[in-house]
Amino acid sequence: MNQAVDQSKVFEVIKKEISSNDIVLFMKGTKVFPQCGFSALVANILNDLGLDFVSVNVLEDDDIRQGIKDFSNWPTIPQLYIKGEFIGGCDIVKELYESGELQETLEAKGIVFKAAS
Amino acid sequence: MAMSAQDIHDLILASLPNATVKIIDLAGDNNHFRAEVTCSSFAGQSKVSQHKMVYDAIGSKMGNELHALSLKTSDK
Repeated sequence: MNQAVDQSKVFEVIKKEISSNDIVLFMKGTKVFPQCGFSALVANILNDLGLDFVSVNVLEDDDIRQGIKDFSNWPTIPQLYIKGEFIGGCDIVKELYESGELQETLEAKGIVFKAAS
Repeated sequence: MAMSAQDIHDLILASLPNATVKIIDLAGDNNHFRAEVTCSSFAGQSKVSQHKMVYDAIGSKMGNELHALSLKTSDK
């Protein structure tokens, strides 16, 4: 098997996912049933903001699990993409959410969200 | 193989010699750590870049020997 060809195929799948959806969360488990505390935390933040997002369960696909790490050059899961841009992992998303910068990013990208009550 | 807090501390410091590094073992299991890294080299870098600099210091052990490393970075 040619590894380079395989990787470019996986990258194509990832590129398609993040270009055809506004918000994509690569996570362990699903948004309904997260299987890792860090993934759950990011999914909760997105839910709190009332955001409609696509979740990709990396536990279901080893190629994506490794592929997304190589693609983003980021060693851990979860990974959040907004409008095709890598936003960060769990710690960064949490920090950005608490400081309000995540909300500013959403606004700048024209994505409607629910303000904190 | 788990890593010790000292290993993580030393790896980060080897790459970022001017950093102040604090490692906290979150679960007491040598597997879930939090690193607080303050380094003037972070100035002007995005959070993603700052975290990448720490991940690069730890190298391929991240996500393998080391399951979880919560990061907090600051330039001062």
